[in-house]
Amino acid sequence: MTAQEAVAGRDTVLRVWRGDATGGGLQDYTVPVNEGEVVLDILHRLQATQAPDLAVRWNCKAGKCGSCSAEVNGRPRLLCLARMGTFPPGEPITITPLRAFPVLRDLVTDVSFNYVKAAQVPAFSPQARDADGNHRMQQVDVERSQEFRKCIECFLCQDVCHVVRDHEENKRAFAGPRFLMRLAELDMHPLDTVDRKVAAQEDFGLGMCNITKCCTDVCPEGIQITDNALIPMKERVVDRKYDPATWLGRTIRRRR
Amino acid sequence: MTELERHVYDVVVIGAGGAGLRAAIEAQAQGARTAVVCKSLLGKAHTVMAEGGIAAAMGNVYAEDSWKVHFRDTMRGGKMLNHWRMAQLHAQEAPDRVRELEDWGALFDRTPEGLISQRDFGGHRYARLAHVGDRTGLELLRTLQQRTVELGIDVYMECTVTRLLTAQDGSVSGAFGYWRESGRFIAWQAPSVVLATGGIGKSYRVTSNSWEYTGDGHSLALAAGATLVNMEFVQFHPTGMVWPPSVRGILVTESVRGDGGVLKNAAGNRFMFDYIPDYFRKETAETEEEADRWYTDKRNNRRPPELLPRDEVARAINSEVKAGRGSPHGGVLLDIATRRDADYIKKRLPSMYHQFRELAEVDITSEAMEVGPTCHYVMGGVEVDAETAAAVVPGLYAAGEVAGGMHGSNRLGGNSLSDLLVFGKRAGAAAAQRAKQVTAAALDEDAISEAAAQALAPFAREGGENPYTVQRDLQDTMNELVGIIRTHAEVQQALDRIEALKVRAKALTVEGHRQYNPGWHLALDLPHMLRVSECIARAALERQESRGGHTRDDYPGPDPEWAQINVICSQDGEGIALHRQPLPVMPDELAEIFEESS
Repeated sequence: MTAQEAVAGRDTVLRVWRGDATGGGLQDYTVPVNEGEVVLDILHRLQATQAPDLAVRWNCKAGKCGSCSAEVNGRPRLLCLARMGTFPPGEPITITPLRAFPVLRDLVTDVSFNYVKAAQVPAFSPQARDADGNHRMQQVDVERSQEFRKCIECFLCQDVCHVVRDHEENKRAFAGPRFLMRLAELDMHPLDTVDRKVAAQEDFGLGMCNITKCCTDVCPEGIQITDNALIPMKERVVDRKYDPATWLGRTIRRRR
Repeated sequence: MTELERHVYDVVVIGAGGAGLRAAIEAQAQGARTAVVCKSLLGKAHTVMAEGGIAAAMGNVYAEDSWKVHFRDTMRGGKMLNHWRMAQLHAQEAPDRVRELEDWGALFDRTPEGLISQRDFGGHRYARLAHVGDRTGLELLRTLQQRTVELGIDVYMECTVTRLLTAQDGSVSGAFGYWRESGRFIAWQAPSVVLATGGIGKSYRVTSNSWEYTGDGHSLALAAGATLVNMEFVQFHPTGMVWPPSVRGILVTESVRGDGGVLKNAAGNRFMFDYIPDYFRKETAETEEEADRWYTDKRNNRRPPELLPRDEVARAINSEVKAGRGSPHGGVLLDIATRRDADYIKKRLPSMYHQFRELAEVDITSEAMEVGPTCHYVMGGVEVDAETAAAVVPGLYAAGEVAGGMHGSNRLGGNSLSDLLVFGKRAGAAAAQRAKQVTAAALDEDAISEAAAQALAPFAREGGENPYTVQRDLQDTMNELVGIIRTHAEVQQALDRIEALKVRAKALTVEGHRQYNPGWHLALDLPHMLRVSECIARAALERQESRGGHTRDDYPGPDPEWAQINVICSQDGEGIALHRQPLPVMPDELAEIFEESS
């Protein structure tokens, strides 16, 4: 630590959840904080000084990989973007693991739910290339799906979504905002040839979403999940499912 | 008897960044039963941090572009020390590797004709980088991740390999490691193992690299009998963040300069005009007016000096700061705010806008960024065969940053993502091919028991040092003594310190238990970091010249004799042995490309 940083240092109380699947609780640590630091810096300082075995995921420390998701004072956030200077001085800061997923240890949770859902998404299936070997798409047409591909898979939207946050039983039938958005992304992809609208409704639980926009609120990438992905997808599903011609076609096919 | 989970595969890929996933996709597609093992969750690899783009001579923006021009730029950027055949294959195959990503769902930015758009970057003659805003690495990694999942490839997430297993004849038989979550041990038996573990940046204090970059693959390869080539070449990216201290080193993409940003010193001068080396003088603008015209008319103007290769720009920034002309926090100023309008900046550089706003409270559309060099990439790596990515150990392959040779003494921006794709595919294909012909030898049970005992040793010791302290001291050593500018005395001092650190690393104590214990994980990563740091320092001492990512204050110029020599590291007991090896000779028809243009 340079002299300049040391001068800027002030002590803050960090209240960190420690424990594992069998239980645990909040533990207070008093840690010096320097100018410009984020919560993840303070946790790293804790590891290097007071709690070397404190478990926390992280990678890029720049808001680009989505590894360090946790809840700060009850709000799902990336620890690397939670600036210490934005919290009221003198008050403890509480760090807890994502609530919607089972705890493994300390701030690390079992997020395998997300990988299971990802594997269930029907694969991208492109139309053929042009004769010269290229795909041609206009910028305006790729932009809609590009917004959703900004997703860093931090799973904060999955954590905050009230359909599963306190309703473990809904997880089977509901893929969560991240993967409903993935379906929308593929549905709006200019090259894709598969129709996922019925699957979105019947297999991924799009109907359970009642557009409270909690997911959009916590998205660190600022993706308009609800307005640009989920609502348009719901509209497409309605068109697809209740379009009389489509309905008739599907009904007749079923009877065969 | 060690409690051990065991698996059998045709191909095991270590690392789930761009190279690892591309290798796995190819191996699986060729019918090999393939596993990917990675230290983090799938999709978090450092590839997501690559911002600018994938270099590929597709000719979508400049029809004059071709693989030959890309090859020439790459070789010149690497100061001709690149393995010519790797550079050739890379330039020839990159366009197809990019197009293939579109078949898997990638959505690049478009030209008005609807083709993949390409942007300017340092050292590239033409606008060549296929990109998605400034988050190209994320797009590449997510696309490969989704493809990996679609193909049903087994992925062992949050699982660290600590040792490669070899058979009596020296060939690879598998790998040994532990689950980070539980601390339990696991071994894979396979005739082919692909290393795709990335780089070594975490051995430096100021770095753009994540915790994963501890040189595991370099070190595992050495321990298994493989060789490393030219480890002295470490790339310091010219533009890392410098303020506030907690974000020091985080990358600021070269696209800022490609899209019009310029570097200024405290006096407001575009100092890069004072640092144009003779080697690049013919292709670099001499005046600000010419440089500014280049952005819209590349045919009649030369490139701005801000877009010289990274080694040149990093050294220049270093010199400006040393001369007292730096910015308030010890960097220089990167200004795009006064040169491009806010909408353009937000559209082209959305994640830079976001990163500075969130982490530094700087609005890059109205203020300059403070930037300085940060350890970013290692050009040196496992010595491989150009066609197959095979190391000298039978059954061992290496692709991406962990492999050496492709980039010579300095890598051009954008050539990393294309490298991952081209050589990831080649490594996966060769690994699958070998698995069709060879059955893996039975695992060496003694080696497994020894690896397990070694991994658990830090728990048994009491009163030893905490691994974080040793890591910090190593980072300080490398940063201060084997950084951008090197001298014999300082590098020698670094080697002495590394010897002392090796002793300390053997006496570490780890608190707690085996379940998700970062202190323990670091204790097991440290020997890799030390071994790789020793290679860098030894090679840096050996090469008595300045070239690319290796600058010796006591040997300030390039040396024609050293231009023909690769420095090779191998494991020698507890230490590192060096030898000099002649560069592979470029065939005449390729050598002509350089005569035409110089």
